[in-house]
Formats: sequence, structure tokens, C-alpha cells
Amino acid sequence: MQLVLEKRAERSTKIAIASPLIAIALTLVTMSILFAILGKNPIAALIVYFVEPLTDSFTLMEIAVKATPLVMIAVGLSLCYLANVWNIGAEGQFIMGAVCGSYLAVVTNGTDAGPWVLPAMLLMGAAGGALWALIPALCKVKFGANEILTSLMLVYVADLIMDYLVRGPWRDPKGMNFPTTASFDPVATVPTLFETGRIHWGAVVALIVVALATVMLGRTIKGFEIRVVGAAPRAARFAGFSSNRLVLFTFAISGALAGLAGIIEVAGPVGVLQPGISPGYGFTAIIVAFLGRLNPVGILIAGLFLALTFIGGEGAQISMKIPLDLTKVFQGILLFYVLACDSLILYRIRLIATAKKASHGVA
Amino acid sequence: MGLLEAIIISVIAASTPLLLAAAGELVVERSGVLNLGSEGMMIMGAACGFAGAWLTGSTFIGALFGIAAGCALSLVFATLTLGLAVNQVAAGLALTILGVGLSGLIGAGFVGEKITPAPHLYLPGLTDLPVVGKILFGQDGFVYASVVLVAAIWWFLYRTRAGLVLRAVGDSHTSAHALGYPVLKIRLLAVLFGGGCAGLGGAFLPLAYTPFFIPGMTAGRGWIALALVVFSSWMPGRLAAGAYLFGAVTILQLHAQAFGLGIPSQLMTALPYLATVIVLVLISRARGSAGSVAPASLGIVFVPDR
Amino acid sequence: MVNPASASSPSARAPLLQTIGISKRYGSFLANDSVDLDLYTGEIHALLGENGAGKSTLVKTMYGLIQPSAGELRFLGEKLELSGPSDARARGIAMVFQHFSLFDNLTVAENVALGLDGSESFAAMSARLAQVSRDYGLPLDPNREVWRLSVGERQRIEIVRALMQNPKLLILDEPTAVLTPQEADQLFTVLFRLKSEGRALLYISHKLDEVKRLCDTATILRGGKKISTCDPRQETAASLARMMVGAEIGEVKATSARASTVPRLLINDLSFEPDDPHGVYLKGISVEVKGGEILGIAGVAGNGQDELFSALSGERIAPHEDNVIIDGHAAGHLSVTDRRKLGAAFVPEERLGHGTAPRMKLSENALLTGHAASDMVHHGFVDKPKTLETVDKTTKTFDVRKAKRDPEAASLSGGNLQKFIVGREILREPGVLIVSQPTWGVDAGAAAVIRQALLDLSGRGSAVLVISQDLDELAEIADRMAVMFHGHLSEPIAAADATREKLGLLMGGASPAQAEAGRDREAVHAIGA
Repeated sequence: MQLVLEKRAERSTKIAIASPLIAIALTLVTMSILFAILGKNPIAALIVYFVEPLTDSFTLMEIAVKATPLVMIAVGLSLCYLANVWNIGAEGQFIMGAVCGSYLAVVTNGTDAGPWVLPAMLLMGAAGGALWALIPALCKVKFGANEILTSLMLVYVADLIMDYLVRGPWRDPKGMNFPTTASFDPVATVPTLFETGRIHWGAVVALIVVALATVMLGRTIKGFEIRVVGAAPRAARFAGFSSNRLVLFTFAISGALAGLAGIIEVAGPVGVLQPGISPGYGFTAIIVAFLGRLNPVGILIAGLFLALTFIGGEGAQISMKIPLDLTKVFQGILLFYVLACDSLILYRIRLIATAKKASHGVA
Repeated sequence: MGLLEAIIISVIAASTPLLLAAAGELVVERSGVLNLGSEGMMIMGAACGFAGAWLTGSTFIGALFGIAAGCALSLVFATLTLGLAVNQVAAGLALTILGVGLSGLIGAGFVGEKITPAPHLYLPGLTDLPVVGKILFGQDGFVYASVVLVAAIWWFLYRTRAGLVLRAVGDSHTSAHALGYPVLKIRLLAVLFGGGCAGLGGAFLPLAYTPFFIPGMTAGRGWIALALVVFSSWMPGRLAAGAYLFGAVTILQLHAQAFGLGIPSQLMTALPYLATVIVLVLISRARGSAGSVAPASLGIVFVPDR
Repeated sequence: MVNPASASSPSARAPLLQTIGISKRYGSFLANDSVDLDLYTGEIHALLGENGAGKSTLVKTMYGLIQPSAGELRFLGEKLELSGPSDARARGIAMVFQHFSLFDNLTVAENVALGLDGSESFAAMSARLAQVSRDYGLPLDPNREVWRLSVGERQRIEIVRALMQNPKLLILDEPTAVLTPQEADQLFTVLFRLKSEGRALLYISHKLDEVKRLCDTATILRGGKKISTCDPRQETAASLARMMVGAEIGEVKATSARASTVPRLLINDLSFEPDDPHGVYLKGISVEVKGGEILGIAGVAGNGQDELFSALSGERIAPHEDNVIIDGHAAGHLSVTDRRKLGAAFVPEERLGHGTAPRMKLSENALLTGHAASDMVHHGFVDKPKTLETVDKTTKTFDVRKAKRDPEAASLSGGNLQKFIVGREILREPGVLIVSQPTWGVDAGAAAVIRQALLDLSGRGSAVLVISQDLDELAEIADRMAVMFHGHLSEPIAAADATREKLGLLMGGASPAQAEAGRDREAVHAIGA
């Protein structure tokens, strides 16, 4: 007997909805086994990971804070992936957005610059991310260089640029030699939404991004163009859509969103530019994009869920001494299950009998 | 030891992990599968390889652990892409994310530990020869393994029937299937082989390059290995040349940093990554008119009908 | 029906290969329904049927590529179970595929080696390859890579590879679909020789005149079932067609009001380098299509038809703006969208992936070409009801059968999807329509609807350019015909003067003068199907 795939006549809408849920369930089972291997009580660990953060208003707000960059980056990435354009350098675009926006915060630091600083920082952050993303896009369009590898290589470069700046020219003279800029002035800081907690206006920006992307993908000809280029490139060319233009467009948009997320992160919850501003948001956002089925609303939910794992992971480290790396393992396993379950939207698995070997020898 | 000799030895050491991983990936891609999980398989190879060597005290067993870790991860990849027809790019990314996480988990207990580095060959007389002695006869087993591996892959691809079948599967899986070749099985074997090579390449780092393990110590080498395969035009000879070239860039930037030329060290550290981008652009541009030389079925999902 | 025994096949002999009650089920779809077939040595047996009748499924079962759901194969009276093609080859069953099973980037010799079991050395195999190709008059250069070869040469590799197995049974799946009439004649010589050597041949085709010339027995499949086994020479093309289709097919009729007026499509000295390194260079193509006229472009696949289509559609921009003139406007420099705005419409050869996005709904596929020159888009926003309206209108006008109102393109049958694609363009009443292989792989009913629609459109004054490999189709609808060969387009000739032989010579690269000299043996005739 053998398991084979059989193409469905039409994509199954039922499974399209169920697939992320099945994937999460399978991941939880796998995680329980991992907890047991680590010698922890799986039930207790799952509760610390996934339930406790939801029971406290502080951690709930922290989830929203973590989800903000994840959702913004993932929405941009989903446009790329829908168009079959593989930007995996969002981490670098996030950092470059943070760096470009921080430039203003650094030069206006301690001056009496007006309230124009923050909007200008956001614009520069988005522009910085977009320009950084356009490097691999142009390399692909002009020379045919593989965008997966070039966008990823630029993550390392971006990281080193930031490292150079905060250890060199931008270092806070009063910072006791720590690699960090001076704390941003209030005019260079994203205000919080409420008196208490760290949740800030960036979360609202993320919601607006989700809404705009939903309209664009579902209602406009541009959204249609993105989907056709990804699903059937030759048909897209026949429709008059240029895939090169779209590579530039999707890279620029996703770079801008990642850059915006980057500057909001440093001008919001972090408050300074320093190494380690991102616990791998740019990479985790890839998982968010797929878990959300490349759909903006799905991404919003997926982003909150993955943020929950970050917070839960921190909690589990403190209260149960579960290594923080387990969160990354969890995210990797989740992505695997999501991809596997998505396959069932297009295919059905069937058990067939394999032919017995011919009973006679060679004639 | 002369400076030149030292530089060549360090270039070979820097190139070996790239060569091992890239050679495996070359075979995988020749079969028509794009496994972007090199980085994940390498870092897992590093973590498990170190664990194996630390537990047993044997570099050899450590290397076997590394190979096994790479194979295990590539099996997960194969299950998804070959068994469930999942997009290879997405599955490769997932593999890297998983590998990086798992290696942190496994390696956490070993950070700060030390082992005896891999022994180097010593042939009395030969190894003592001036200049070439240590380069040719004084390397560790990984270096010899990588050279033999590339030669063996060349011989396999161009001189054996199995190699012809592998190239055929990468050129057109539909034709290969119509002629009765088990496309998915052949690809599974190629993916496992590639996983083993990446694991071995990763294991080289803590077992021979530095005698300790740190999380994330592959530092993008898996991705550079992928770029090398593109650079090589899927030919083993060019792959070796590319790997040594990259090793040289890495070593030169280290030496330049040591000399302190007033260039920010971050820029020098970024050099291998920038070089990768530049090489990809140049090689793609050079091919622009001649068309792609990549295996024609590379990255395309295959589901046989029955 | 005629008993096969009365024909040349000796009834006393046992069949070489039998299929007994072979059925193959895919989900709820029955591709083969209890098919019985007997193949004898020294006999050419035709397997006839429309697209989707189950011919390919049946022969793939005989070649071990597909496992039957029910029934069995018998080889010389004994039950035969095939685990795969290599098993079939070991028994002496060889196959020449319709869509070649070749490897473009490998050499001829490597391709041949891959089709054999590998028990001999590469050198010995190469020597035998030279021997066989000389013996049968099928010349091949063993060291050339396949992508450099013409379609005819590629088929030669497939045939030589099959012959090197010294097969007892040779299965050929539509081998003449890609050949010029002269190349087909050469193939028939080889086939007659193989028959005289005492081999069994199974010949799949839907060209009925060929089958009548070549075959001793014919089995007709329809909807997966065997309809009949007969002697094709005792049947007429019309009676065979009736059995294949199961109904009379109405003849297509030209509208009376067709009068050629002004040229609406002009191609001026179009020379164009291919963007694909394996593509064909277009050389100085000039032709005009008048309103109310259908111009047919014949030719063997791979002689520049694809390149011509993409230069006309604007998927590739021509070198000069006046290379292509649509209704008096220079359009060579315009994009697909701008050409559509000038009133041009295009139907590419490939239905899935080029003409439509397979996994998208029909309404989205209506938008695919409709966004350019209709009111489906306002200020960048898509008017969904309008796209659905187009689907409904096309469905009604062209009788597109589908399971629900707006299914995915890939879920439609070939004929219905083609009707949708052609209908989608014709409903826009284009002034210029360029169609490639309008009825390729389409059932006879749908083909008749599509051809009639093309005739009607030209009858309303549009210029229609049809690129087709099917000479019968062109004979049926074209007013004038030209032939593409190696990127050149011949001077068009009136359909009445276009004999099969003359076209065949042009398709093989003869100059029009040579074609004129060796002409007129056989006029092109429609075959009724």
C-alpha cells in the first residue's frame, strides 16, 4: 500500500479555513512531546505558554506590542509571496528602516525640534526600508540575480551597518561605552495609547495596514495583478501585467512596511537604536504570512498568535526554566505543519495498492 | 611556517564547510529540487556534531552525528516537498527556521565546553616538506573528504548511469516518469545526500575550525553555499573554484582587519556577504543572453499521476 | 461491423497482447470502462477516439505507467502484471509518446540510453544506435542536444529508441500530429516495414484518412468504452467519425455576407530575435489580413508560430512600431493592453496557464483580458458583477458546460474551457482576432462551435488570423493560407489552390516555386469530423 496525492478539481474552501487550525493542533501535540522530553509537565507548560499571557492585561498589551511589527512586516511579505516574489530579507529592511528613521532622532537629539520630527522619522524609516528592499529587486529585474539569496545576504549587511553606527558615530557619549544611541526625545517617540502599558499608536498603524491590504487584494486591479502574476505568470503576461514592474512594486511595498515597523519599534517600545532591536521579527513574519494564508486578516490573527508564543516563551523561561530557543523550534514546526496542511487544499491523499511485481521473469 | 603557507591553509579551512554543503546542494539541485534549508541543516550539523564529539571524545563520531542531523532535517524537507508537494522555497525557509531553533536548544548545554580539535594528517617526510607539505599532507579529515566528495560527484554525474538518470530527472521529471524512473525516490535520495553533506559541513565548524560551539556559528554559510551552486553553473569543478575563492575573501578580510587599515571592521565583516551579492549579479548578467543553465525542472513540484 | 478475421489478421493465431475488461477510475471519473482489445502480430491496429475517450489511459496501462482499477492484461495468453514501464519494455512492449519523453538538455545518445535498460555499455549502445538509425533510414546525430533538433528529428529519437528494444509490440500515440504530410509518408514506410517484420503495432490517431490507409483493424473508444472493432478500409471516414463522436457533426458554414474589404491587420517586414535561447528567429514576415477574411497560417510546430503570436499579441514588443499595424494604427511598440484597446483580441494555444490562470475562477479569467478594453474596472477598482456578467453571457452564447456558475478554469473540460476563452474574446467584437490552434485537443462538438464562431466573426467584418497545425481545419475555415518554416512565412495562397501536397512541401521548407512544381495530387478535403 502507498499514499499518493491526487489533484482536486477545485481548491477545497473548507480545508483552506481548517488548515491553520489543524496545523496549530498538530504543533501543540508535537510541543507536548518536546516538553515531556525536556522533563516538563506538558499540560502545565502549554498553560504557561498559551493561556497565562491571556489572563493579565499587562501581557495582553505586550502581545499587541509584539504583534505590531510582525503584522506590518507579514502583510508586506504576503504581497511578495502572492506574486511569487521571494523577499526573505525583511529583517534587514526592518533594521534599515530603524536606522534611517533614527538618523533624525539622533541629529535632533537635545535640540528644540518641533513635532514634525516623528512623522519625518516614520517617512524616512519607510523610505529606508523600501530602498534597501529595492536593491535585491533591481538586481533581479536588471540582471536576473536570485532575490532569495541577495535579499538574505543584505540582512547581514544591514545588521553590520547598524552595529557600526551605534558603536561609532551615533554612540551616546554619556552611554558608558554601551553600543547604543542616546534615548530619543519625546518628539521623536511614538506615543503610547493608554496611560499604562507599552501599547502604542503603531498598533493602530498596523490595523490600518491590514485594512488597506484587504481592500487592495480583494477589490482592486492591482491586487488582481499581484495574484495572477504569482499564480500563472504566463497568463499574467498575456493579461498585460509586467512581472518586472511587480517585483519592484512588491519589494518596495514590503520593504517600506518592514522599514516602518522598524522605526516604529525603535521610536516606540525600545526608545533607542541599539543592536538586538529585533528578536528575528523579519523571519518570524515569514511564518506569520504563511500561517495567515497570505491573507491580511488571517495575518492579523496569526501575528497575535505568534506574539503570544514570544510572550508565553518568556514566561515559560522564567517560571519553568524552559529554554527560550524552544519558541523558535515551535515556530519552525508550526510553519512545517501549515505548509503540509495547505497542500491538502489542492490535493487529496489517497491510499492505493501498489502493483505486485510481475510473477514471471524477464521474457 | 611562512605567511603565504599560513594564508593558504586558513583559506582551505574557511572554504571547506562551504564546499561540503555546496557539493551536496549541487546534487540536490541537479535532481530538480531546490532545498533552501542549507543554513538550518548546517547549524544542526554543527550542534549535533559538537554534541557527538563531546560525548564520545571522537571527532569521527561527531562528524557522523553531524551527517545524521543533516539527513534527519532533510528528511523532513523531503516529506513535505516530495510527499506532500509543498512549495520548495517555503519548505526550505521553514527548514532553516527550524534548524536554527533546534540547534540553539540542543547546543545550549554545550556552550562554553571545549573539545580536542580534529586531528591533522601527519606523514613523516611528506608533511615536513617546505611550503606544500602542510597544505597537501597536513590537513584534517574534513578537508580530504571535501576534495574526494567533489571529485566523486563529478565522476558520478558524468561517468555513471545513475548520474545520467539523476540529471535526466532534473531536466524533465515528466519524461523521466514516462520512461518509468521513480522520480520521487531518486529525489529523496538526492535530498538525503545533500542533507548529509550540509550536516558534515556544519560539523566541521565546531570540530575542526573552532573547537567549541556557539549558537548561530554558521553565520550565513549555508546561504553562501547556495549562492556558490548558482555561481558554479551546477558544475562540480567550478564549485570547488568558487568555494576556495570565497574562502580567500573571508580570510583576506580577517587579515585586513588585523592590520587595522582604518576601515571599520563591520565593513570588512560584511565583505563576504557583499561579495555574494556582487557575484550573483555578475554571474546572472553574464548568463543573461545565454539563458539559464539551471536544471530545467529545478524547484517545480512533481506529482505523478497513476 | 466487419469481423476483423475477414481482413488481413489471421484469426487462427492467438493474440500477442489482450486487454480483458480493463477499467481505470479516477475518483468518480471512469477513464476506461471495461475495455477488451486484441492485438496481433503482423498487424497495424488503430485506436480511434476523441480527446478524453480514454485512448491514452488505455495505452499507458499497456505500458505499465498506470495500474488498472479492474481487468487484466494477457500476453500470449498468460496473465501479465506490469509494475512499470521497464517491466513492459522487458516484455517487448515499446511506446512512442505524443508529448515526447525526451530530455532537452541531454544528447541524443543519452536520451536513447535512458530509454533502454542499461545492460550494455554506452559505447555498445551508441554503435547499435548508429546501426538501427541507418537500417531504418532515420538519421540522427548522437552527440547533439535535443533542444537543437526539430520536432520531426525529436520524434525520430523516440522511434529509434523504441526500435532498439526490438519490440514485439510498438505503441504510437498520435505520431503524425507534428509531422508534415511528406514526413508522415516516410513514417508510414517505416511502419509498413515493421509490420512486415512480424511486429504488432498499435496506432493512435484521429486522422481518419491515415487510419484507412495504414491500419488493418480499428477499435473505437468513446467516453471510456469500446464502441466497436472494425476493418477501417470497409468504413467511410464519415462512418468512423460517427462512431467516434456518437452523433452527426454539423458542417460549419461561411456567412454569405463575407466580403474582403480593407486590410485590418498588417504585418510589415517583422524580423525578431527570440527571447528564449531555444526559440526561433522570425525573418522578414509580411502579410495582411483584410476585414471579413480568415487567413490561415500552417506549419509544423516550432517553426516560429509561438514567436509570431507573442509579437502580434504584444507579449513581446516588436522592434519597430510599424511592424504590426492594427486598424491603421502602428502597434508594434504597444503593450498587450494597448493593442486590446485598439480592438484586437488574442487566443493563445495553451489554454491552462496562458489563456487562463488555471486555479482562478472564470470571472477572474474574464477580467484577465477584459480589464483592458471594457468597463470591468473603474478607478482601479474591479466591478465584480460585470465580470460575472461576462461569464454568464459567454456561457449562454457559446454553450459552455460547467458544474456551477463561477468555477475554477481548471475544472472545465478542454472543449468547454476553449469555448469560454474564444467566447470571452469574440463577445468583445474585436476588429482583429489572432487565434493559435483554436481547436487543439478539443472534442468535435466544441470544435464545430468554435470554427463557426470564427467564421461568423469574419462574416461581421473582422480580420481573423488562425495559426494551426491542422490542415483540415484550415481547409474548412481559411480564405487564404500561408506556411511558416524556420521563421519565414510563405506568400499566402488562396485556399482553393492550397493542396495538401503543396502545403506539405512548404511545411518541409520548399520554396513556393518548388511547391508549385510538385503539386496537385490530392486536394485538401475536410474529413467530416
